[in-house]
Amino acid sequence: MSITSAARTISIPVVGAPLLEVEHLSVSFPTSSGPATVVRDASFRVDQGTTLGIVGESGSGKSMTSLAVMGLLPRGGTATGSVRLFGHELLGRTDRELRRIRGDRIAMVFQDPLSSLNPYYTIGVQITEAYRAHRGGSQAAARKVAIEALERVRIADPDRRIDHYPHQFSGGMRQRIMIAMAICLEPDLIICDEPTTALDVTVQAQILDLLADLQRQTGTGMVFITHDLAVVSRVADDVLVMKDGDEVERGTTEQIFTAPRAPYTRALLDALPRIDDPFETLKGVQA
Amino acid sequence: MLFYLLRRVLAGILVLFLISLFTFAIFFWLSPDPAVQICGKTCTPERIDQIRSQLGLDLPFLQQYWQFVSGIFVGRTYGEGAGAITCAAPCLGFSFQTNQSVTDMIADRMPVSVTVAVGAAVLWLLAGVGGGLLSAVKQGTGWDRTVMFGALAGISLPNYFVALLLQYVLVVQLQWLPFPHAASFTEDPVAWFQAYLMPWLVLAFGYAAMYSRIVRTNVIDTLGQNFMRTARAKGLDQSLVMRRHALRPSLTPVVTLFGMDFAGLLGGALITETVFGLNGVGKLAADSITKNDQPVIMGVTLLAGLLVVIGNMVVDVAYTGLDPRVRVRSA
Amino acid sequence: MSAGPILAARGVTKEFVTRGTGKVVAGKARFTAVDDVSFEVPRGGTLGIVGESGSGKSTTARIIAKLIEPTRGTLEFDGEDVTSATGRALTSFRQNVQVVFQDPYSSLNPKHTVERLISAPLDYQRITPPQGRRAFVAELMERVGLNPDHAQRYPSQFSGGQAQRIGIARALALRPKLVICDEAVSALDVSVQARVINLLNELKADLGLSYVFIAHDLAVVRQIADTIAVMHRGRIVESGSRDDVFERPQDDYTKSLLAAVPRIDPEWDRRRLEMLAAEAAAENAESTEPAEPRARVGGGAA
Ligand SMILES: Nc1ncnc2c1ncn2[C@@H]1O[C@H](COP(=O)(O)OP(=O)(O)OP(=O)(O)O)[C@@H](O)[C@H]1O
Ligand SMILES: Nc1ncnc2c1ncn2[C@@H]1O[C@H](COP(=O)(O)OP(=O)(O)OP(=O)(O)O)[C@@H](O)[C@H]1O
Ligand SMILES: [Mg+2]
Ligand SMILES: [Mg+2]
Repeated sequence: MSITSAARTISIPVVGAPLLEVEHLSVSFPTSSGPATVVRDASFRVDQGTTLGIVGESGSGKSMTSLAVMGLLPRGGTATGSVRLFGHELLGRTDRELRRIRGDRIAMVFQDPLSSLNPYYTIGVQITEAYRAHRGGSQAAARKVAIEALERVRIADPDRRIDHYPHQFSGGMRQRIMIAMAICLEPDLIICDEPTTALDVTVQAQILDLLADLQRQTGTGMVFITHDLAVVSRVADDVLVMKDGDEVERGTTEQIFTAPRAPYTRALLDALPRIDDPFETLKGVQA
Repeated sequence: MLFYLLRRVLAGILVLFLISLFTFAIFFWLSPDPAVQICGKTCTPERIDQIRSQLGLDLPFLQQYWQFVSGIFVGRTYGEGAGAITCAAPCLGFSFQTNQSVTDMIADRMPVSVTVAVGAAVLWLLAGVGGGLLSAVKQGTGWDRTVMFGALAGISLPNYFVALLLQYVLVVQLQWLPFPHAASFTEDPVAWFQAYLMPWLVLAFGYAAMYSRIVRTNVIDTLGQNFMRTARAKGLDQSLVMRRHALRPSLTPVVTLFGMDFAGLLGGALITETVFGLNGVGKLAADSITKNDQPVIMGVTLLAGLLVVIGNMVVDVAYTGLDPRVRVRSA
Repeated sequence: MSAGPILAARGVTKEFVTRGTGKVVAGKARFTAVDDVSFEVPRGGTLGIVGESGSGKSTTARIIAKLIEPTRGTLEFDGEDVTSATGRALTSFRQNVQVVFQDPYSSLNPKHTVERLISAPLDYQRITPPQGRRAFVAELMERVGLNPDHAQRYPSQFSGGQAQRIGIARALALRPKLVICDEAVSALDVSVQARVINLLNELKADLGLSYVFIAHDLAVVRQIADTIAVMHRGRIVESGSRDDVFERPQDDYTKSLLAAVPRIDPEWDRRRLEMLAAEAAAENAESTEPAEPRARVGGGAA
């Protein structure tokens, strides 16, 4: 199969196949003390227009799972198992093949926005380049799309700020710039890795609404990684709970929040600090 | 920005002033009496006194220094009456050896040094940046090891050794090149090229070795940055990812280095010019040092200082243009 | 040592100059990111700063850490004016004030191991911990919930929340008097978050540390802060004791902030608690029967 035809067939969904199906995904890294498996046997699926929330302990492999889906694991990392987009296997494809999908069909909002933006280029350049790579067209047209996207993520004065550099924005603004970058191509799947950690609750609510609107309009599927259980309960249709690289529990959001089975999930929900009761000392979660 | 430039210019002037004062002081106190040197073998005490007063060597230090500095800006006149010699600004005095104006001597030789520097710079940028990129992208492969071995050789082999080796191989053994001799570009471009080729190669080798190592490290560091992952996540093609996202962060620090190296080289490549018999500023410096020709040494030193100061300034301005994070701070 | 606040900022203002379009002669634009802000951090207390994204919280943090110069305003630390401190005074200020930055990876040198990152401040001060460097680092890593076996790893080998905790460990290594935490626990799950916050509170009680705690998570701020300042568009729109601000907010922005806190559907919470209660009851009923061993339910010895 030639490269172009391989890439083209990926865009034709296999009948009945879900948007994203991950089966028995494992990720490991070589370390000085032998290979370390940071994700073990994770399986989940995301249908069009739905959101999968991934919650779990810090370091439990949430980011690595999403990077494995994108084929962007750090140097040395290897993924085994199966990742299928519309029924087409993505694992084991070359960078060239995946290039057609990345940005266009699957977009990702990375966890650490400052280091994820190139300090040498204005955000305008960084938003428009993705658009132009996949849609072509003039710089002016791409710029218009970018300004619109910035406006949607509530960056004030977008036609001026588009020419600013990443370091001239606040942490939460950079996070929203990453989101703008992801949504301006209206991909089939958006993977958001802790996209709202620097957003105050009012802007956060606006951004979550924006994503929900997008989902309604274009049927975008979402993987939403967060540690904020209240946010997950709001946005997710299904939830995957991870700990130490293992899948602890998986189910519909309602099921996870009303009838959690795994002790870890229960402990998480118990330990959740509530705005209404100021504990002096937090309960914490016993592993 | 203007304020910043002004401050840089003032700082540069201060540096040049200190350099000149320092070199002048060294000659004043530490070197043998130039009048004796000029007077030669058939010398009388009267003649020495005469030379001294004509050159102003009998004056106290500060006064002599003042004469020297004002000579640079407004010119000066040696001696009095009919025997007086005028020296137009910028006057750096006359060589003790040849009696030529130092300014003219330097001006005569500048083109050679500039040719050497420019040619070498082009070569070493191409080879250094190209080699560094290649070995970073092909990290751990045979390409990488080959380039890095070459770089190690370039760094550890002394300049004159490479020069002699090259001369031996290309001229004596293989006879691909004639023995270098000065030739003008307009009269005989081929001979001109042949004369400069070896100096270019020799100089470029050393610098390219250093640059390829630096570029390699920078590129590898940049490739590991999170923003490179973002660029790939956008589905940009590999060459755009490299050209746009990796190159600029990796090469920006090299600009500083290049500015300084190039400026330094414009002031003459001492060893290379001497080995290949090129009459550049470097050779002039070497000759004047062996003959203790003080005005010439002073002139060449000041020139080198001036070039480095200017180079430094250009680099800083270029840097604020290249790195947006610096740009805003200095604005 | 005076009894006043550990840090006082008065009339602090920061204007950024931005260039219109980046061309050579484009008009300059000024933007006031922090506008006439005054506050005090009580000695041994915690000032929580909350507010809109882009309201100037991080800029304020960078000013009080003396990483950038304010356009106007003065800064007092431990009773001394440090607005234009240099030399020795500045060195001592830097020892006593540590910052945990908002973007963890950008603030950690990627070429240094975690052990080196955490112990570097000690080396600068030529302090050798009594238990030795290695043990000291291991202990600190343990306390922020990192695996001490990973001391020789580089920042890029850690997850976002782990990198954040490296930053926290580094800030605490020198036993500073004031720690400025800019969204320092924003990527941590509740269990690790609790662990870190408990650690911060312990150090506050044991060593009298003071904190400036910037966070968007109001529930977390409520647990750690004594006083709270609410920022909006570069200004402090409301400040006061924790309970006042949370229970009797005066400003409209504060009110809208509190109203927008995402909550788990109370109905879901109720159903979960009911289910747990029912389960516990069933278990109790089981364990009252003497013949039935409990082993099947397993573990649970928290
Ligand atoms: N390059 C690497 N080499 C070895 N181990 C790694 C590497 N990168 C990450 N890890 C480990 O993989 C595990 C999972 O990391 P990951 O980033 O997926 O966590 P996470 O669930 O996203 O956590 P967080 O919520 O803190 O971001 C972590 O324990 C981390 O230490
Ligand atoms: N170097 C800079 N140049 C120009 N403007 C800047 C610069 N740094 C920050 N700003 C602007 O100042 C404002 C305040 O930024 P700051 O980082 O302090 O916000 P913040 O309250 O920390 O927000 P967040 O919660 O999103 O991190 C923003 O509008 C930002 O764009
Ligand atoms: Mg993560
Ligand atoms: Mg901030």
